[in-house]
Amino acid sequence: MLGIIRQKAFAQSLQRIRPATSAWRGYSSAAKEMTVREALNSALDEEMSADPKVFLMGEEVGEYQGAYKISKGLLEKYGPERVLDTPITEAGFTGIGVGAAYYGLKPVVEFMTFNFSMQAIDHIINSAAKSNYMSAGQISVPIVFRGPNGAAAGVGAQHSHCYASWYASCPGLKVLAPYSSEDARGLLKAAIRHPDPVVFLEMSYYMVSHFLFQLKYLTPVFASYRKGQHEREGKDVTITAFSKMVGYALKAAEILAKEGISAEVINLRSIRPLDRPTINASVRKTNRLVTVEEGFPQHGVGAEICASVIEDSFGYLDAPVERIAGADVPMPYAANLERMAVPQVEDIARAAKRACYRSVPMAAV
Amino acid sequence: MAIWFTRSRTITYYLKRKMGFMGILNQDSCSNSYFESISSSSSSSSSSRIPDVKNSSISRYSSAFTFLVHRFKSTKTSGQLDQFYSSDDENSQALDFPGGKVAYISEMRFISESNDKRIPCYRLLDDNGELIEDSDIDQISKEVAVKMYSEMVTLQMMDTIFYEAQRQGRISFYVTSVGEEATNIASAAALAADDVVLPQYREPGVLLWRGFTLEEFANQCFGNKADYGKGRQMPIHYGSKKLNYFTVSSPIATQLPQAVGAAYSLKMDKKDACVVTYIGDGGTSEGDFHAALNFAAVMEAPVIFICRNNGWAISTHITEQFRSDGIAVKGQAYGIQSIRVDGNDALAVYRTIRAAREIAISEQRPILVEALTYRVGHHSTSDDSTKYRPADEIEYWKMARNPVNRFRKWVERNGWWSEKEESELRSSIRKQLLQAIQVAEKTEKPALGNLFSDVYDLPPSNLREQEKQLRETINRHPQDYPSDVPM
Repeated sequence: MLGIIRQKAFAQSLQRIRPATSAWRGYSSAAKEMTVREALNSALDEEMSADPKVFLMGEEVGEYQGAYKISKGLLEKYGPERVLDTPITEAGFTGIGVGAAYYGLKPVVEFMTFNFSMQAIDHIINSAAKSNYMSAGQISVPIVFRGPNGAAAGVGAQHSHCYASWYASCPGLKVLAPYSSEDARGLLKAAIRHPDPVVFLEMSYYMVSHFLFQLKYLTPVFASYRKGQHEREGKDVTITAFSKMVGYALKAAEILAKEGISAEVINLRSIRPLDRPTINASVRKTNRLVTVEEGFPQHGVGAEICASVIEDSFGYLDAPVERIAGADVPMPYAANLERMAVPQVEDIARAAKRACYRSVPMAAV
Repeated sequence: MAIWFTRSRTITYYLKRKMGFMGILNQDSCSNSYFESISSSSSSSSSSRIPDVKNSSISRYSSAFTFLVHRFKSTKTSGQLDQFYSSDDENSQALDFPGGKVAYISEMRFISESNDKRIPCYRLLDDNGELIEDSDIDQISKEVAVKMYSEMVTLQMMDTIFYEAQRQGRISFYVTSVGEEATNIASAAALAADDVVLPQYREPGVLLWRGFTLEEFANQCFGNKADYGKGRQMPIHYGSKKLNYFTVSSPIATQLPQAVGAAYSLKMDKKDACVVTYIGDGGTSEGDFHAALNFAAVMEAPVIFICRNNGWAISTHITEQFRSDGIAVKGQAYGIQSIRVDGNDALAVYRTIRAAREIAISEQRPILVEALTYRVGHHSTSDDSTKYRPADEIEYWKMARNPVNRFRKWVERNGWWSEKEESELRSSIRKQLLQAIQVAEKTEKPALGNLFSDVYDLPPSNLREQEKQLRETINRHPQDYPSDVPM
């Protein structure tokens, strides 16, 4: 509960720069390992047991234990009234979720992947996002839309699109993108408790592979979901990333360290609202910026970060902002082509070197 | 033995020999009779709009396959298809299929695209406001009847005066419900205050019944600071949390699955209430309609879907909207009880919604009600319907089939209303309306802070920053900003 009070206190405070190792988070002495899947499952479980208004809805979430096993065991524990297997109609169950939220329940709507949320996007944007504003506060929509987002491996164009910038452009929504298990747990709990509609973009990739993280802090809820996280301190170049790309950025930082470049990696965690203070503070420190994302470059998250930095910290930039994004093509299937269509660790490292004026070829060879 | 169909007419010949066939559309009588009842004066023009469906050739030369025929569970409502069904043809074997046993049949039959007879329309008052004999009505009280009639008159007058106000440039937009007063008021009267309403946009009568004042309507249309919507929405997008009426939303049919969600919430709360949601004939083409009905049946949600079939979706006539027998017939496809009612008969609508509510709450299931009516007015103030329909058709429904007059005749015949009360009511309402508009027009617009509030539960830092910057800019350049926006 302390977490929630702190969360509210944060929303009031203006641009304060947070130190990397934040002392305000609760500590746990035992270091626990947990996969991202388990983290999401435990977050859902705890929130459902704490509040009877929370319920889960989506395709295959019940009997099948979740298309990616995120809702494993929940049907058994909470029953079919709180874990609903829906017919195949994203528009239908998203609309139903929004209606239930209008009335006062707290639905968690699962999309099998966010690609399929396109069939329901009217309910998300025109109903969920805008209702509180249009009704002048009479109708609030405490709903969470969650599911895998972005590229997995070998699933083609209609299963690999990243929707972070789509949803983040819409006022009224909050958009979160966890990276580690800790992010996943804390952010999902914060999202479920939050009164605004939240789009929760999980990693597609972890559905396929086994991502294991040390759970440093077993806090019930993040004190502030909106803050970006310094995954690595540095002084030469800032690399911002979210979701899977954080892992890639960290690997790139390792490579760069060997060449004498100290990179600072920021895990955004919250795409809307974007943690501009943290990003700008970091750029003012390092004077160079590389933005990394998996999605398409035009109108992407990197474009927004670049604009924000130029507006607020232009004088501090020593080099143009480098933007690393997915190739501007629908995702191909063949393994070699797919590899070329998403950012790789080497691309990030090369971009950082360019920002540091080391001579590097531009092409991704 | 496969039957090859070439012309629909010849099927009736085969029908007499083979029993148990599903029923064939008698194209001519069905389509034409509906339009004749709609407009006797312009029958020629309306029938020309009917597409030529008589000669649909149904020759299907498929290789032998077993035609599976579903047995429909007969409910209290009449199962239309049952009457065509006989047990003679069935084999003693049946297929054990998920969902229940399905009888086999060794004769290939296609279910017709429509039934022999259209679903009949429930009505209690005839066109002259006389109670039809043998009608199964328990009388409504004088108080309710008089209130219903008064609100119908109020709605009619409100529409007229606000429409005029738009034409005079005083409000930017308006949508009338002329011709649908009975559907609006009578359905509202049959509900309880706890029932949650998710409207489309042609049901302000429901709000009126529940107590929304003429001033509140005017404030929303003028977008002034007394508007509950804080000037955020176009005119006629009313909403009232207090009166359980969810704010009108522009995208069509989105309210349908949302209604199912709200009904599910009511069900989980075990409340003695249901959800009522409205849709027009055009809105039933949206994907959301299908998803909502399907879901409501599966989830067993206590929701009443009221479809106001008023013949037109802007300029799209219902013959271009769907080819089914209206909307009531679709209920069975989803496993939902449905009924067709005369939407211009206030008594019938009242009775139907009362019964539907009873079923929805006690049996926890959805109900589909199709109210046949007519959109006398234009779609909105941005439309001129004389461009796509004959003026005499509009005139006919406005005068001869007017629901307000029809109900008035019944109320007067019972001795509950008189000419004197009529003119008193009308002049009083008119005064109130003009006054409400004058006051609303002069009321201040919402303050500047309302531009930024309610986007989220708590205002985020970027919006607080933007508001600060805006105020600073206005202070520096006051001549560039309107003077009537309070800071």
